[in-house]
Amino acid sequence: MKIFVTVKQVPDTTGKVAVNPDGTLNRASMQTITNPDDLNAVEAALELKDKLGCKVIALSMAPFSAEVMLRELIAMGVDEGVLISGREFGGSDTFATSQIIAAAIDTYGVDSDDIIFCGRQAIDGDTAQVGPQIAEKLHLPQVTYAGEIEKDGDTLRIRRMLEDGYMTVKVRTPCLITCIKELNTPRYMTVRGIEECFDKPIRIMDYQALKDHPLIDATTIGLKGSPTNIFKSFAPPLKGAGMMVEGGPKESAGKLVSMLAARHMI
Amino acid sequence: MEFNSADISAFKNVWVFCEQRQGVMMPTTFELISEGRKLADELGVELWGILPGDDVDGIARELGGYGADKVLVYNSPLLKNYTTDAYAKILCDAVMTYKPEILLVGASNIGRDLAPRCAARLHTGLCADCTHLDVDMDGYVNFLRTGSNLDVETTRFESKLFDVRTNLKMTRPAFGGHLMATIVCPRFRPAMATVRPGVMKRRPFDAAGAERVELLHPEFSLSAEDCKTQVLDVVKAARKLVDLIGADVIVSVGRGIAKDIEGGIALAEELAEELGGVVGASRAAVDAGWISADHQVGQTGKTVHPKIYIALGISGAIQHKAGMQDSECIIAVNKNEAAPIFEIADYGIVGDLFQVVPELIAALRAEKAAR
Repeated sequence: MKIFVTVKQVPDTTGKVAVNPDGTLNRASMQTITNPDDLNAVEAALELKDKLGCKVIALSMAPFSAEVMLRELIAMGVDEGVLISGREFGGSDTFATSQIIAAAIDTYGVDSDDIIFCGRQAIDGDTAQVGPQIAEKLHLPQVTYAGEIEKDGDTLRIRRMLEDGYMTVKVRTPCLITCIKELNTPRYMTVRGIEECFDKPIRIMDYQALKDHPLIDATTIGLKGSPTNIFKSFAPPLKGAGMMVEGGPKESAGKLVSMLAARHMI
Repeated sequence: MEFNSADISAFKNVWVFCEQRQGVMMPTTFELISEGRKLADELGVELWGILPGDDVDGIARELGGYGADKVLVYNSPLLKNYTTDAYAKILCDAVMTYKPEILLVGASNIGRDLAPRCAARLHTGLCADCTHLDVDMDGYVNFLRTGSNLDVETTRFESKLFDVRTNLKMTRPAFGGHLMATIVCPRFRPAMATVRPGVMKRRPFDAAGAERVELLHPEFSLSAEDCKTQVLDVVKAARKLVDLIGADVIVSVGRGIAKDIEGGIALAEELAEELGGVVGASRAAVDAGWISADHQVGQTGKTVHPKIYIALGISGAIQHKAGMQDSECIIAVNKNEAAPIFEIADYGIVGDLFQVVPELIAALRAEKAAR
């Protein structure tokens, strides 16, 4: 049994974010983190590993700098890191990205008791598309928004969260599951894990390694293989500041209510 | 089935996936039908709904009242509850048969499960969680005039690669709302978009349209073997979820209630009640576990545009602003005069919300009493 986990290194959009004058993101000024939902996916995999002793493989399509992230995941308990990296993969949208990651997973082969865990979505793009698209490319069933997972033999019972409640879904392995933060609390790296993480393998999969896979050709990967293109990007306008209502609590509250009444807002 | 998503001239009409749960149409469906009508008019084509479910003819006709010309209805016990496999098969098979040029899906937890699966199968592009859609170029440029930092007079909009006037322009926030991007899908059809609930305006209901709409029941094949997942039960949250999107007034709380969480929420509730509104929250308050996620306003929560939005102890992270900055009147109360929320507030009060809000409630009551 193997568990694959897809992970992404993202700019920390919850912290300080700087936008260049031309409307692009100033990445140099931002910290990178492992995408939060992906850590829940890693934790889900490691919990099964604790119980069942299976192998956990973390895959990331990223520049070489993402090796650090994979080492950190190994220090948490992941067995093997895969860095899918190549100029040919650059500019991929979710369709092309899922094509490449699916090919990488398929290089290992998906056995009947294997599971793929993904985070629900990455905080940079917020698309939530790559997980389901990998599942489609690999012809696997998918369950998204997993808030609880119980495994019994080859059957998984998953609480799939909806906006107004949840549904309980039964699915058999092999399958792909996307994880939300309510699923678990990701563990920390262990001291021993940190000591050992540099001895564990990081496998590099570049274009040469994947090019013979049926899912990979020039028309389905990278910028040219992406069905969607960015037409324009821009920053949203800031709404102009209004007025500050001066005075102590009582005075300012009174003034505000009078102004709202005058505008017929209340 | 012969299907080539790159043969774009073979595709015509605008489609909306009509999401229902337990036989009740999701409100977003009406928003999407309304928006789809606009796009269909810009292209001079028909608007079709596609409605899978079990015994859902009764709710199909209403779609005509919001602008649908035709609705494809698929009834089967296998479609009673949403499963990825059954719904994806119905939707993809229908697209391959009828070839729509645009397909809109609500960005609900179901729509965002279904749409990417279908886009991958159909080999086409999908833009996630859109907040603005245009075909018409003038409409798009007008949108940018007020909705962006671009100088539209000096921006070039032509493209050598595709016809900007006929392609759907799908605009969405990214990077937590710091950036907006307009996405196109020029080489494949249908151009697919999931659309954020609560953003598109619902048209007034037109009874004549509901009379006129044509319901179609195409033949389809679907068996239990097609569905690799099985739904054991569907549970609605026992608690009534807060209706942020429909609210005229929202009073939201943030980190500023930390020193007395229960007291802060109680004050917000009291103020909301006085104004006939509901309580919202920032991501910080939800992440801290102070209030449930259905209250969350912002990029990862709900997008709202009430008449009055009151931010109590919310600093105004850009991801929060992305969800509320289109409110008609924004009022902010914050101890920190440098809080970014004041940059977009119509009225700002620098002060402790625990002191200001009781005074606001008192002043509102006095104002009402004086009328």
